[in-house]
Amino acid sequence: MGLVVFALVPASIAAVYFFGRQALILIIASVVSAVLTEAVTLMLMKRPLTITDGSAVVTGLLLALTLPPTVPMWIPVVGSAFAIIFGKQIYGGLGFNPFNPALVGRAFLSASWPTLMLNWVWPEGSLGWTQQNAAAAAGVTADAVAGATALGLWRGGTTGIPYLQLYFGNIAGSLGETSALALLLGGLFLLACKIIDWRIPFGYLGTVALFAFLLGEDPLFHLLAGGLLLGAFFMATDYVTTPITPRGRLIFGIGCGFLTMLLRKFGGSPEGVCYSILLMNVTTPLLDRWTRPKRFGEVKANG
Amino acid sequence: MGNVTFKKGIHPPTNKEHTAALSIEKLPLPAQVVLPLGQHIGAPAEPLVKVGDEVATGQMIAEANGMVSVPLHASISGKVVAIEPRPHVCGHPVPAIVIESNGADRLSPDLKALENLEARSAAEIRDLMKAAGLVGMGGAAFPTHVKYCPPEGKQVDYVLLNGAECEPFLTCDHRLMVEKADDVLLGLQAFMKAVGAPQGVIGVEANKPDAIAALQKAAVGLPVTILPLQVKYPQGEEKMLIYAATRRVVPSGALPIEVGVIVNNVATAAAFGRYLRQGLPLIERIITVTGAGVKNPKNLLVRIGTLVEDVINYCGGFTEPPGRIIMGGPMTGPAVYRLDIPVMKGTSGLVVQTRAEVDEPHVLPCIRCGKCVGVCPYNLLPNLLGDYAEHEKLEEAEKYGVFDCRECGACAYICPSRRPLLQLIKNSKQQITAARKKG
Repeated sequence: MGLVVFALVPASIAAVYFFGRQALILIIASVVSAVLTEAVTLMLMKRPLTITDGSAVVTGLLLALTLPPTVPMWIPVVGSAFAIIFGKQIYGGLGFNPFNPALVGRAFLSASWPTLMLNWVWPEGSLGWTQQNAAAAAGVTADAVAGATALGLWRGGTTGIPYLQLYFGNIAGSLGETSALALLLGGLFLLACKIIDWRIPFGYLGTVALFAFLLGEDPLFHLLAGGLLLGAFFMATDYVTTPITPRGRLIFGIGCGFLTMLLRKFGGSPEGVCYSILLMNVTTPLLDRWTRPKRFGEVKANG
Repeated sequence: MGNVTFKKGIHPPTNKEHTAALSIEKLPLPAQVVLPLGQHIGAPAEPLVKVGDEVATGQMIAEANGMVSVPLHASISGKVVAIEPRPHVCGHPVPAIVIESNGADRLSPDLKALENLEARSAAEIRDLMKAAGLVGMGGAAFPTHVKYCPPEGKQVDYVLLNGAECEPFLTCDHRLMVEKADDVLLGLQAFMKAVGAPQGVIGVEANKPDAIAALQKAAVGLPVTILPLQVKYPQGEEKMLIYAATRRVVPSGALPIEVGVIVNNVATAAAFGRYLRQGLPLIERIITVTGAGVKNPKNLLVRIGTLVEDVINYCGGFTEPPGRIIMGGPMTGPAVYRLDIPVMKGTSGLVVQTRAEVDEPHVLPCIRCGKCVGVCPYNLLPNLLGDYAEHEKLEEAEKYGVFDCRECGACAYICPSRRPLLQLIKNSKQQITAARKKG
């Protein structure tokens, strides 16, 4: 768990860098709420206190990173509490939850306070691209784009955000999703330490790129935009809610990729990562059963 | 890529540096030996002597009881002082013959070397295996002569000797291969003759280059290959060894003979080689005494039936009150709960751990990390099997292949939640077997 938090440090630093002090406040509020909620819940349920395993910290941190920087402090507090109670503890705690707790919290917040959760801002000085090339030609002005994310703009027909900006992260988005660079650093670190299975991000990102291409969209844009990198490396790789077999994991990643592109292209809002992962979490027990490995020396019964 | 191996598995620290270079030392004759009648799979031997009898070293003191059984021989000379249940590593007392030494180590006059191996028939050699009291010395202690009875018409392509010694800490087979390579090869040749196998293979993990060299020298001119294996646990597990050496997969529930292979531990072969040369049946074996809890680690040649306390005393005693004494290797060996338990034919070592090394693991729920799935050489789902065992879902456990589990312990070793998967799986197997017997 500590290593996962460590891997999220670059993204957290990027969040504070681009969005300022409010980002830090939201992160801290989210983590504290998660840990306290877990402690109180466990005490009320008369179960051993396991907050030192770090999983609540990870949930709180991940949830914060999915929030817009403009939300009031009570949003992550409520969201984290919900995530811990209804995303984790009612199922029996660590190891027993079927859904990714941070995403449960995020989905709850998005459904309950939609306008607050869609209030985006661009970091200071990051709208320069609207005066350049394709965007300027399309008559896009800084004011017009100020409230939308890259994906929101894409759905509305506006493209042309420079790739480098998408990569470094001075774009609008939730706290942790903007800087592809920071997320890749963390994600590759987790891969190198063999903490996450490469099959999930590989399946996820590969499928997104493939489907983007097949749908006539820009694969690179879709890889860099939105919460995809955060989801592919840090959410879809959660041990508890993903298959235990290698093939199951690959299929899980591919399924997430497919659903993400489907939701992005045809769904109500131009974001798909959160719900596609939650939906694939539902299929995890089925995937485990379907991809049961052939035992060494197993003789098929119909022989 | 390097040396051959099987898929998956783990790499625990070998801890062999403490004893790998120590030559075999002979434990002085113990004052007393306790010889359980059932040191093997199958029916225990039937006593031939009675209390008060004088016996000689190597004399048969109990005869085999049926086909799947072997005779028992006196490991020292002296007087039979008791034939009664005595403490045993399995946890409850077991009938044993107790001999008090007369200090003379008088050899039985019945012992004679075998001449002319070439002229002996397969059946004769098999009978000699039984007469020698030979059982699998890798730990399972299966009567060797029974292994060499292939079904009618079955061709044995290889006799494969297990010199992998993949268990951490143990180096008894290592030293045996270095110092007694000739006996190993002689035994192997006899094994091959017993079933008409054209080829012999000795698999040795690559961390024992001196053993490989010694065996290669002894095997010159013989149809025997010395095969270096990748250092990995459980390389010495029977089916994994066969797969690594021959790429043949023994079907689930079947024996190695099914794919034309017979496997034995190198020590078993060496014991047979010694028997052929000197007529001495299985009365002593090499064990590794090691671990931070014992003062002077050694590779010792001990008489079967020597008590653990005598062995430990010879090695300088404990460094401090011990935390755990494991009979065998740390991955699969049972812990002994008292010191008056005898070393037996299948005992490979004594690993003494200090109190500090023995922690009470804090067991957490399964976090579905899949590490156990990633190491199980049999492609099982140990986390599921552990779960089924815990909740006594025995039918599901069987369906998911619990009887394919070879109890190597790799899953329990790698589990970050410190779940006792091996113990859970063993338990469920016992429960299923007991239920089958009843129903």
